[in-house]
Amino acid sequence: MRFLLRRLAHAVFLLFAVSILTYLFASLVPGDYFDEMRLNPQIAPQTVVALRAQYRLDRPLPLRYVRWLDSVVHGDLGYSFSYNSPVAPLLLVRARNTLVLTLTAALLAWGLALPLGVRSAEHVGGLPDALVSWMTAGLLVVPDVVLALGLLLFAARSGWFPTGGLVSIDFDSLSLARKLLDLALHIMLPVSVLVLTALPLLVRHVRSAMIGVLEAPFLQAARGHGIPRRRLLYRYALPAAANPLISLFGFSVGTLLSGSLLVEVVMSWPGLGPLLVEAILSRDLYVVIGGVLLSTLFLVIGNLIADLLLYWADPRTRVESPAK
Amino acid sequence: MNSGPVVPAINEVSFSIAPGITLALVGESGSGKTTLALCLACFERPTSGRIWFGGRDIAALKEKQLRVVRPQIQLVFQDPASSLNPRLTAHEIVTEPLLLQRNWQERQMRERGFALLERVGLSMEVASRRARELSGGQRQRLVIARALSLEPKLLILDEALSALDCSTQAQIANLLVELQTSSALTFLFITHDLAMAAHLADEIAVMNRGQIVEQGAPERLLASPQHDATRSLIAAMPRAIVRPHVFGAC
Amino acid sequence: MTNPLVDRAALQLHSLMTSLLEVRNLEVAYLLRASVASSAIVNVSFDVKAGEILGVLGESGSGKSTLAASMLGLLPANGKIQRGSILFEGRDLLQAEPRELQSIRGRRIALINQEPLLALHPTMRVGDQVGEVLAAHQYVDKKSRRERVRQVLAGLFPAETERISSSYPHQLSGGERQRILIAQAIACGPSLVIADEPTASLDPTTQREILSVFEGLRRDFGVAIVLITHNPSLLAVLADRVLVLYAGRVAEIGPTESVLSDSLHPYTRALLRCLPSPLFGTNAVNRRIKLPAIAGDLHNLGLLSLGCRFEPRCTDRFEPCRTREPVKVWATDEHVVSCFKYGS
Repeated sequence: MRFLLRRLAHAVFLLFAVSILTYLFASLVPGDYFDEMRLNPQIAPQTVVALRAQYRLDRPLPLRYVRWLDSVVHGDLGYSFSYNSPVAPLLLVRARNTLVLTLTAALLAWGLALPLGVRSAEHVGGLPDALVSWMTAGLLVVPDVVLALGLLLFAARSGWFPTGGLVSIDFDSLSLARKLLDLALHIMLPVSVLVLTALPLLVRHVRSAMIGVLEAPFLQAARGHGIPRRRLLYRYALPAAANPLISLFGFSVGTLLSGSLLVEVVMSWPGLGPLLVEAILSRDLYVVIGGVLLSTLFLVIGNLIADLLLYWADPRTRVESPAK
Repeated sequence: MNSGPVVPAINEVSFSIAPGITLALVGESGSGKTTLALCLACFERPTSGRIWFGGRDIAALKEKQLRVVRPQIQLVFQDPASSLNPRLTAHEIVTEPLLLQRNWQERQMRERGFALLERVGLSMEVASRRARELSGGQRQRLVIARALSLEPKLLILDEALSALDCSTQAQIANLLVELQTSSALTFLFITHDLAMAAHLADEIAVMNRGQIVEQGAPERLLASPQHDATRSLIAAMPRAIVRPHVFGAC
Repeated sequence: MTNPLVDRAALQLHSLMTSLLEVRNLEVAYLLRASVASSAIVNVSFDVKAGEILGVLGESGSGKSTLAASMLGLLPANGKIQRGSILFEGRDLLQAEPRELQSIRGRRIALINQEPLLALHPTMRVGDQVGEVLAAHQYVDKKSRRERVRQVLAGLFPAETERISSSYPHQLSGGERQRILIAQAIACGPSLVIADEPTASLDPTTQREILSVFEGLRRDFGVAIVLITHNPSLLAVLADRVLVLYAGRVAEIGPTESVLSDSLHPYTRALLRCLPSPLFGTNAVNRRIKLPAIAGDLHNLGLLSLGCRFEPRCTDRFEPCRTREPVKVWATDEHVVSCFKYGS
């Protein structure tokens, strides 16, 4: 329990620190949203000054931060200049889209990596292991942008997959089954890119963790008790190899919002990524800060989950061994 | 550091070791033997009390001052495999402590390394092998050689023979006796094997639950034990399984 | 309390007649590199009768762990059984199908490994680990399994059964962990238990306790036990017969009393002389005399030498020892030794 409270306190502190830093950096960048307007000769300079004052961008930095913090605590993340709407709902919709993408990708990636890694470890040096090695090496070498573009090209040429977007234009008029199919078709390519880029790391980690465990005496002892092979692998070996994998899993959770930015932008997936890129380029201050904060929140939650899982999964971390 | 009631690992222990003799510390697991060894070797600080060594109370010294004292007290542990760096050769292991002293020349160090290996009965060809290529007895000899490289006055052996085969135990025991006579070393021999303790030691101290409950010469202790802990250790000793005539057969 | 799994009376009758385990001319080698093989066990033969305790006395390098592993087909990938047969309850284990072997492991023959802390799964409760062995053999029903686990653990831990059952290995003491290994071994009621150095890292009192547990297994359940150790004093207390293993060969085998008190093979005699004698009645003069340790080490002689393996270190060696390997000689009805001193 104390452990949990300590971790929570850490998390809150981290969020706080990140918010200060982000606000600082975002505000220190020369210029703001209204600089674009200043360049436009048709708009009078006084209008710009007035707009600035209206959004209180002329106040000193610490004061602005405190006001912003105050409103965040009340659930108001600020106002987007570009979209002319509150930031929070905007972020949430986009975040939801991103999560749909990344959750699917994470499930698929882990679902593939575990059996592949276990299989490789079981027959080290054999044909399946060699094939997996080559595949992961190849995937590691290919940058995800190239992969994304390649698949886009394939989509455009073959016409089998749409080349962007979350759903088709006539989505609302489709039946439930067709809706699902439509979503699936749209999501398939971005998910593929994410899975293929995540797979090498996961597979190799699972493989090396398993290899370490398969040599262990307790596994030999269990074999000596007549425990069948399947059970040995999944009930004995995998849980014992889980520690490094749990940390990796926490990392996966942590990057659920931030890891897919590039893919989203290239493949036109309406998630948090494109929104953030746009906002940064146009100095839409509160969207940027809100987006970063949300991503950090996920990262922190991801780490917290990893710590908790580790605590739960490995009893050695919890209890002091009493007798010798 | 732990939550829960604090139980003293060692409680009011007082004893002394005269130079050049072997004191055996005998007791069951959990009696506090290892904690005592660690305190004497300055790896743990006692909560209270004094340890007089070389005219100074080493329990009260600061880390910097301890650095001078540490080479004089060396520890040998039970498991040679985990005491040895698997990446180094035997010769490198033995000369590693000398490197830290920094005032040795290359050639001197090399010769000293070979001399140390020879002293513990390891042949030249062993010098270039790594720990995993050596037998249990050879590894333990190597650990002893490394301990001797800094010319200590006191050697603390914590269950140093327990992980070895019977015949190897005899070899290493002989080595220890010979080292003590030739180098005037003092040994603190910690074990739960009362027979070996009685064979090697000039004096035996029996530990139980963090206290020394009985102390004396081996023959006196074995013939007339005063404390229950001593009695149960004697009861657990192996019975004589060899008849006298086998003994006389060499 | 009778064990429903073993009928003791039938076993007693049976033991007079047949052997439970018959090992004949077993030869096991390890492939080190391509076509370079190192023999670990050569021409080993022995019997174990039902309800008997056979002690295997062997130091490191004697091949004792290889012997234990080869009984159940648990050799590592580079270990090959070159020759021989292992007859258990009539069938040759070396010819058995993998499936058959798997059903024998843990159920008819149980192996207790060294190092209890390493032999137990670190993140599984020990009660569950015992349950896993049951689940692998017949005890499919959860309820009966739990009941059987409780029964087995209660026999080994009369007090504190619950606490032990729900503990993790690192929370138990060395002796408790060793008992858990024993629990896993006897859970399915095997007729043979092979224990490899069961008291290695334990202090003397706990060692005695574990030995009495084994004695109890034989007494109450009629289980035959092969006790592998390097410490002769353990066998003096417990074993009916002793097999002395040196460099993968049987040096001698016979009743405990004979082998340990009237040892025939020079190695056995030398080994027993190494032990510091219990010093009742000794004085300061005898203390610290050199123990008559066996000179030299067990080298990896490999393929080259032809003679007796112990010859380089033997004080009784003579002409034939260097050129030929000794064969078995029956010194008495029950005591067999492989040494030229006793004839060829």
